[in-house]
Amino acid sequence: MAGIRSTSHSPRQVPSGEGVPSGDGAAPAGTRPPAQVRRVGGGLLDPRMLWQSLPDAIRKLDPRVQIRNPVMFVVEVGSVLTTYSAVIHSSVFAWTITAWLWLTVLFANLAEAVAEGRGKAQAQALRRTKREAVARRLAGWKPGDTAYRITEVPGTQLAVGDFVIVEAGEVIPGDGDVVEGVASVDESAITGESAPVIRESGGDRSAVTGGTKVLSDRIIVKITSKPGETFIDRMIALVEGASRQKTPNEVALNVLLASLTLIFVIAVVTLQPMAYYSKAPQNLIILVSLIVALIPTTIGALLSAIGIAGMDRLVQRNVLAMSGRAVEAAGDVNTLLLDKTGTITIGNRQASEFLPVAGVEAAYLADAAQLSSLADETPEGRSVVVLAKERFGIRERSAGELSDPAGQHRAVFVPFTAQTRMSGVDLADGRQIRKGAAAAVRQWVRDNGGALEEELGRMTDGISAAGGTPLVVAEKAGGTARALGVIHLKDIVKEGIAERFAEMRAMGIRTVMITGDNPLTARAIAEESGVDDFLAEATPEDKMALIKKEQEGGKLVAMTGDGTNDAPALAQADVGVAMNTGTMAAKEAGNMVDLDSNPTKLIEIVQIGKQLLITRGALTTFSIANDVAKYFAIIPAMFAGVFPGLGKLNIMHLHSANSAIASAIIFNALIIVALIPLALRGVRYKPSSASAMLRRNLWIYGVGGLIIPFIFIKGIDLIIMNVPGFR
Amino acid sequence: MNPALAGFLQAALLVAALAACHIPLGNYMARVFMSGRHLRVESAFYRVMGIDAEADQRWGTYARSMLAFSGVCVLFLYLLERIQQWLPYSNGQTAVPPFLAWNTAASFVTNTNWQNYAGETTMGYVVQMAGLAVQNFVSAAVGIVVAIALVRGFMRNKTDRLGNFWVDLTRIVVRVLLPLAVLGAVVLMACGVIDNFNLTHVISTLDGGQQTMVGGPVASQEVIKELGNNGGGFFNANSAHPFENPTPFSNWFEIFLMLVIPFALPRTFGTMAGDKRQGYLIVAVMAGLWLASVGLMSLFEWQHAGTALQAAGGAMEGKEVRFGLPGSTLFGTTATATSTGAVNSFFDSYTPFGGMIALFNMMLGEVIPGGVGAGLYGMLILAVLTVFIGGLMVGRTPEYLGKKIRPAEMKWAAAYILATPLSALVGAALSLGMQVPRRSILNPGPHGLTEVIYAFTSMANNNGSAFAGLAANTGWYNLAGGTVMLTARFVPMIFVLALGGSLARQQTVPESAGTLRTHGPLFAGLLIGVIIILVGLTYFPALALGPFAEGLH
Repeated sequence: MAGIRSTSHSPRQVPSGEGVPSGDGAAPAGTRPPAQVRRVGGGLLDPRMLWQSLPDAIRKLDPRVQIRNPVMFVVEVGSVLTTYSAVIHSSVFAWTITAWLWLTVLFANLAEAVAEGRGKAQAQALRRTKREAVARRLAGWKPGDTAYRITEVPGTQLAVGDFVIVEAGEVIPGDGDVVEGVASVDESAITGESAPVIRESGGDRSAVTGGTKVLSDRIIVKITSKPGETFIDRMIALVEGASRQKTPNEVALNVLLASLTLIFVIAVVTLQPMAYYSKAPQNLIILVSLIVALIPTTIGALLSAIGIAGMDRLVQRNVLAMSGRAVEAAGDVNTLLLDKTGTITIGNRQASEFLPVAGVEAAYLADAAQLSSLADETPEGRSVVVLAKERFGIRERSAGELSDPAGQHRAVFVPFTAQTRMSGVDLADGRQIRKGAAAAVRQWVRDNGGALEEELGRMTDGISAAGGTPLVVAEKAGGTARALGVIHLKDIVKEGIAERFAEMRAMGIRTVMITGDNPLTARAIAEESGVDDFLAEATPEDKMALIKKEQEGGKLVAMTGDGTNDAPALAQADVGVAMNTGTMAAKEAGNMVDLDSNPTKLIEIVQIGKQLLITRGALTTFSIANDVAKYFAIIPAMFAGVFPGLGKLNIMHLHSANSAIASAIIFNALIIVALIPLALRGVRYKPSSASAMLRRNLWIYGVGGLIIPFIFIKGIDLIIMNVPGFR
Repeated sequence: MNPALAGFLQAALLVAALAACHIPLGNYMARVFMSGRHLRVESAFYRVMGIDAEADQRWGTYARSMLAFSGVCVLFLYLLERIQQWLPYSNGQTAVPPFLAWNTAASFVTNTNWQNYAGETTMGYVVQMAGLAVQNFVSAAVGIVVAIALVRGFMRNKTDRLGNFWVDLTRIVVRVLLPLAVLGAVVLMACGVIDNFNLTHVISTLDGGQQTMVGGPVASQEVIKELGNNGGGFFNANSAHPFENPTPFSNWFEIFLMLVIPFALPRTFGTMAGDKRQGYLIVAVMAGLWLASVGLMSLFEWQHAGTALQAAGGAMEGKEVRFGLPGSTLFGTTATATSTGAVNSFFDSYTPFGGMIALFNMMLGEVIPGGVGAGLYGMLILAVLTVFIGGLMVGRTPEYLGKKIRPAEMKWAAAYILATPLSALVGAALSLGMQVPRRSILNPGPHGLTEVIYAFTSMANNNGSAFAGLAANTGWYNLAGGTVMLTARFVPMIFVLALGGSLARQQTVPESAGTLRTHGPLFAGLLIGVIIILVGLTYFPALALGPFAEGLH
């Protein structure tokens, strides 16, 4: 779509099973490829939408609405004047101009209405999900109580701070935080994903959204927003454009367009006394035509559609921008803070190598590692089993196989706990195998009378330095323990991420990787992925300090976050994208919410912001460049009668004065319709340096804008010269 | 020597001389404004005037100081003209009539120097020296300091202060204009420009006829007339008068004086902004358009059809044979492109398109290179507009020299580009639409239209160049002209200072690969496009009825 590549969505991350805590505060969870449930057609303009938006476009002819767009307001006033003139002095020419002037205004309204229409369709879909829920309020309850006194009230009567109980099959009556219990929740109403997500009290997955449905279990929710101001309400208002305010850049462009309009109005109004002096006074219709042809109607007509469509493009990608300002700021971002996990690396580490200590066979180590990982369902654990099979052909075994045939001694799997930071298996023959964080396993070996070889330390350090995570495998057979070797768990850098960072660099954006890893590991991954800089062992405070430092230098910073402790940084950042899986606090603090909770999307958001501005600039340039051809069409038509020499300026050899003026006005109206798809889709955007982008856009929209109208005005003239009244 | 070759050599030598002065003079002016030290004479002046030289002013204060100073200047000059009969060296001139005095006061304070009077028959020497020549200095200085205040807006960070108007004004006069004027006056006198207090007297010539000999402190006024882009002649004939401009060399030197500061100021800008490439871009665009204008005007004058004209080697009517065609067109282009408005030939007699080039030079908003200071700030505002359009096309909030062009900045820039065409076109339209002003037009048809449009374009751009052929010393032209000149000078200046204030408050954004490059040919091309399409074409309908209607057969 419009040249922006879609990123692959990271597979779902399951909390890390093995010894090393993932460390990334903002590790995403529950990210899956979004199911395409209620997407409204993307970039292409459906001709039916033009037709459907027509009533809205006509409604917008109301001058009180129109005056918000000064350029088109001038055209509307002009249309009224020509209508009056056409009624008094009726002619084919007068009515043709009048009709096309009204069409010009209508087309502009249509562009806006179509853009809004797409948002309305989205809002409609959201409204359907917003059912009137009955809330089961807990009267006088406080966390920890086991006795409930339930009163049923309509969801609309809930107040902030109320506690409600929601059971399987019920709709959550309002936004809030889970204070007790765990439940799987169907959030497809907002995210479009049909797979349920887990919501539980405490931690960073406690936020629930009103209108979503509990599928299993029971939770108690503390209501955090007033009815009518819930997340879904805000979403509806946003996609509908009801809360749309002009963004700073849009305001600045409007100021420029208004002043250009005023200049041309003055130029034409003052032309009439000069024309009188020259004994070539012009009638009202021609003067209005000249004004309309010269003022920047193309961009004036499409400006608001471009802005709405830009927001809409974000919605298409499941990102909700709380303000258009944030979208624009995204285009200006200088520094991107990217969480390592889920953005730069895929969510989990994978075993890449077995490194035995001296005296141990690699296959033996692999076998032990496999045994210890059989019951480990984490991706890391699975990857050990897979690697053992790939390298040494070691078949996966079931728990039953490991027990002795008599069945007296069963193999016992030792699960991972945060305290032991190890997992493993106690086999039926008494052999114990452990696998886990280096420090923990070493301690276990020492505790069990084993000696540790120096080599082991070197191996683990080496893996850390290379950006990997070492897992030590040890066994205890016959009383003493010994270390067998090390599994190299590697962060897998996402494919194509290095190219993306190179693009970002070309666009002048610095990327900073944020990770909880130690500096050695962080450096290795930073080098592999091509990120410009990294912040290792990052705490939320470090993140905040980094943002402030960048901002002091005048830079704009974008980041993603999901935890409550990310909230201050999200609020401080110029573009703060909160993950939908995150806490309410994070969602409140950020100025965008990513419903897919995919941190890679930050890069896309930046590109959408840029594309929005480029589309505005390109169409402004096009609009202004068009004036040259229109001058050459209209000026000779106005005055060649009195000064035949001016006929030489009629370089397009337009048929007659009337056909020349009508051609310019018809072109002026049709170009708006022709460019609606471009305004909605955004101009093609390929990340590159500013100079390359400017050169490309100048050629297409600047030089193209000079030439295209000459061709089309001539073409229209060739057609309408056959119409009686233009001969 | 072949006149074409002579013309080319003149222009080439001029470019070489300007290039040689660009860096030293530009750097020197930057030092003048950035220095923290006061000269002894300046300190003494501040003490006497009660000026706190260490104060740093907000844009509003800066603007009020500038307006107060200019207001006092208008009153002072008006009074001086009205009491001239009692002044010494009045050379027999009586009090200047009120409307004319108002027009002249407005004209000289706004650096326009539109003259609805003939110098030798209206103004005594004290009014010329203490009134007009002084304004030639300070009005030029006001233009420069406003430009410098804008440049400070780009330079400074998170402050609402733009400098000190009184200090800037004093420094530019004491350290730049006065020394250069003294040097220039000496050169002019060496060329034969007069500088004396001889009153007008009648002598008998050899063939028994009688001739009126004029005198006066001419060289001292002539030099600042060109150097400060004022253009108001001591004599009615302006630089066509042999006492103002005696030789081809003095002609060349006067052209040089008109251009030397406007072409050095971009360097001052580049140096102060800490990025010399930005200055080079501005000067390259100015120079490119100026050269194109010189070339076109010379071409139109040379190519003029008609046997007599071709035999004379071009359209020689109304041109001084001393300077020939190249010396006239080079002077004419320069005077209109620098907002000087001095003339050494008669534009009214130029070919329609030759005259149109002079008109178009002014219509571009006096930016190629424009008047001292005014040219720089005009060009910077156009650069801001260009950056806005171009910056959008690279996908960022547009920024120029690390400052973002947000709604506040755009508001001031848009108001600026609105002010000049508004004054020019409304003034011209009223004059053409009303009965009485129309009687001032001496030529009927498109040529007369051009005369009126030219007059108001010249006044609204504070140029002062006159097309002639218009009897402008009437109540209407004096009153309307004075108003147009004051409005078109000071209203845009307020917008410029407001823009400077708005820029200074911003935090500078660091440049990155994603920032629009505002140096290099791509941006230069875009800037030229904006100047011609956005500014120049506003006047296309008016030009069609004037020069085009006259020139196309």
